[in-house]
Amino acid sequence: MEISRRSFHATVPLSARLIAAGLLWVAAYEVLPSFAEFVAYGALGLDPASALGSSVAFFLYDVPKILLLLALVVFLIGIVRSFFSPERTRKMLGGKREGVGNVLAASLGIVTPFCSCSAVPLFLGFVESGIPLGVTFSFLVASPMINEVAVVMLFGLFGLRVAVLYIATGLLIAIFAGWVIGRLRLEKWVEEWVYEVKVGNTRLDEKLTFEGRVAYAWDAVKEIVARVWLFVVAGIAVGAVIHGYVPQDFMASFMGRDAWWSVPAAVVLGIPMYSSAAGIIPVVQALMEKGASLGTVLAFMMAVIGLSLPEMIILRKVLKIQLIAAFVTVVGMGIVITGYLFNLIV
Amino acid sequence: MEIKVLGSCCGNCDKVMALVQEVVLEKGLSATVEKITDVKDIVGYGVMRTPGLVVDGKVVVAGRVPTKTEIAAWLGA
Repeated sequence: MEISRRSFHATVPLSARLIAAGLLWVAAYEVLPSFAEFVAYGALGLDPASALGSSVAFFLYDVPKILLLLALVVFLIGIVRSFFSPERTRKMLGGKREGVGNVLAASLGIVTPFCSCSAVPLFLGFVESGIPLGVTFSFLVASPMINEVAVVMLFGLFGLRVAVLYIATGLLIAIFAGWVIGRLRLEKWVEEWVYEVKVGNTRLDEKLTFEGRVAYAWDAVKEIVARVWLFVVAGIAVGAVIHGYVPQDFMASFMGRDAWWSVPAAVVLGIPMYSSAAGIIPVVQALMEKGASLGTVLAFMMAVIGLSLPEMIILRKVLKIQLIAAFVTVVGMGIVITGYLFNLIV
Repeated sequence: MEIKVLGSCCGNCDKVMALVQEVVLEKGLSATVEKITDVKDIVGYGVMRTPGLVVDGKVVVAGRVPTKTEIAAWLGA
């Protein structure tokens, strides 16, 4: 078996395998709606008009759809990311003024491969090469907030408009929060030892081949899908139940746009929630169907995804508690303003 | 040969550690394998993302889990 797989890999060129995978993806995505209806209403014999029927059909359609979208987007982003590295981003940000630096740092935050485990070495590297604190924060805000899982879930469940709004406002928050932190001159709240660290000069010039980039992207797909699939399934299951059983306009009174306190409450509630980002979006989408407003929902998701407790605990190694508090306050206020803005205009 | 695996918090570093140890054992190499978790030492190698692998003082990979074949090549086995 192993041998036949090897020889298959050796004889079929990579480009042909990629095209075949692409066609297979499109075919799967195309048949999905009829597959979900067939299983729910045909094989299981559920009534399309019943709450159970519509919940099951919703679940059977959304889970594979999100997982397919996730695999595709993570793969494409993986190819893009293979061209970037924190070391390279650091070089690009070096010597940039505040302002321009904040915009660049937030944008690079999206494409630079980053996990919260690397937040500390990255922070040290940035600070040591003289990148201003505020610019570093623009990166640290944008990187987790605008991540591929969140964007895919938003696109798959809310559509293109909300996904684009999320990316655009996320970038703005990262740029302005970083800029404000820079203006506040909070360098005194960085742990002293940070300024004594010497970053080594090892140049790692890994020249990746196209095969290498595909392998890197494919590894990212496997890792991320393995990490989030259960959250996706659980989140969509809860969302499906809400979709089928919770009465219309149920949420309007406490997450609707007329409840002025709902935006800050949503942000405060969202901060301690973490890895459930993949699970929280389908639930929130179902709540919106029942009368929650877009601004409140967006603010909640940004707080869940962008301000995470584990990341703050990791950053505590390099930042004094006052700076972490300032960081959460500034970003949290940015999110609250965004929430109100959307409740006003949409 | 001195092999150092850089990384502190995610499971990927343990994966690299296990792969390195497998290669060393299978090829019968004489090498010391050490895990570096102190972030000051990690950035000291110029590495800003984990996992990383250092062979005889030279950084060979950072930010991803390498394959066993790659590791074997770096270790000259």
